[in-house]
Amino acid sequence: MRWINSHPGAGARLTLALMPFVLLLLAYMIGSAERLADNPNDKLLPGLVALGDAINRMALVPDVRSGQYLLWSDTVASLGRLFAGLGIATAIALLLGLLIGILPMVRAALSPFVGAISMVPPLALLPILFIVMGLGEASKITLIVIGVTPIMIRDLALKAIELPREMIVKAETLSASSWQIALRVVLPQILPRLITCLRLQLGPAWLFLIAAEAISSDSGLGYRIFLVRRYLSMDVIFPYVIWITLLAVATDLLLDRLRIAVFPWSDLEKGK
Amino acid sequence: MSALSIKNLWKEYGDQIVLENVSIEIESRAFVALVGPSGCGKSTFLRMLLGQEVQTKGDILLDGLPLPREPGADRGVVFQRYSVFPHLTVLGNVMLGKELLASRLAGRLFGKARRAVEEEARAMIAAVGLMGSESKYPAQLSGGMQQRLALAQALIMRPKVLLLDEPFGALDPGIRAEIHTLMKRLWHEAPMTVVMVTHDMREAFTLATRVVAFERPRDRPEEKLRYGATITRDIAIWPPRKAGAPSIFRPDRDGPVSSQGQ
Repeated sequence: MRWINSHPGAGARLTLALMPFVLLLLAYMIGSAERLADNPNDKLLPGLVALGDAINRMALVPDVRSGQYLLWSDTVASLGRLFAGLGIATAIALLLGLLIGILPMVRAALSPFVGAISMVPPLALLPILFIVMGLGEASKITLIVIGVTPIMIRDLALKAIELPREMIVKAETLSASSWQIALRVVLPQILPRLITCLRLQLGPAWLFLIAAEAISSDSGLGYRIFLVRRYLSMDVIFPYVIWITLLAVATDLLLDRLRIAVFPWSDLEKGK
Repeated sequence: MSALSIKNLWKEYGDQIVLENVSIEIESRAFVALVGPSGCGKSTFLRMLLGQEVQTKGDILLDGLPLPREPGADRGVVFQRYSVFPHLTVLGNVMLGKELLASRLAGRLFGKARRAVEEEARAMIAAVGLMGSESKYPAQLSGGMQQRLALAQALIMRPKVLLLDEPFGALDPGIRAEIHTLMKRLWHEAPMTVVMVTHDMREAFTLATRVVAFERPRDRPEEKLRYGATITRDIAIWPPRKAGAPSIFRPDRDGPVSSQGQ
């Protein structure tokens, strides 16, 4: 049988899926063990025990100075900023994307502008944000909003424009006004895309969040990573990076489940 | 009443002349099939009747009044594809028109008003043979069922004119024959004029009261740009079909419709 036609069974699929993770972990453990054998005080690739100690210290024991469980207080601070940023971005993108998508007048006025704005590198704007808005939460949230909104607007507008013209005409023959077409025909059909778009923007959003936290903050996952970097504390950095990845993966999965639960028809369409 | 009167209609895209000097009177309750080779402008003609495109010159009158320059509820339409809304169930699709008409702000009905519309929609769904599929989404329906749904969705608005753009072109022959029977019954029952674009001559002659052919009288390569298509044949079916009445000479010709004596 040709290779392109042989599919893994359920068990094989799970094994194959886990394999790269296990291999990565093995490679790390071997590297770590070799370095520790050379120098027991090596900080670059700490062993599993050291990592466990660090996780225990950060997540389960209150910090001596602040009395807080650092991992959790950092997570709350970071997720607060992330979701505030993504929430604002989603609201703006939905409104502008819908308007650009269905109203030719608005499209003519805003589409080139949004296209140009989306090309501005957001990190280059970070100093401006810090100068104008100060070093507080507002500038970090704004960075996320500036970073992800233009792309979301363009994506949603494209999705709305892509809707077959026949559908819009059909709605017109059913007596729909522009408002009703937006509300009952276009909006429900771009909402699933909004969720997918949000999933794709999770990566960039985390990037902007950590960049902002690294430069100026007193809490947050990005702040902690860049703080302990000074002491070469790889035993803290590695668990933090894995934790951030887990948070992002979980958000991604939850958003996809949400789409299927709320818009069951969007999954049916995909199979066609 | 729903008579269409088309007078000296021209359609040009830039330099390209697509249709030239098309004039035709379509009497109320007629079933006109538009046939012709690909690219002869019959779909363009239909889109102008629909209001999706605007003619370059000439007039289209519905019951003596010029058509508005955009689609409206007096003209229903069924396209070959994308006629139904994928995010609404069968029931939701059929109710949509009535909901939009009754609730201009929310586009939705609730409570008693909704139940009344729902009842009407269920009757319409049953009439096109989709009973039992009310809660399915279009992606769960076959092509033939989707077109039945599109018909129900259009007809619940009681349009004066129903425009069909190759509605059954993608269906296989068995399904097509079934939906022809349905189409004939709907035309007999609903007070509307039907204009249908089709590639299928058999379909045209089975359903229509009148078959109209579009062709380019001048079709040499160097003439293509500056000469458009126009109506070259206008064949009245004989013995005549009449909406709501059985065929005089062979009552069984039109299938179960006229044998039921309608």
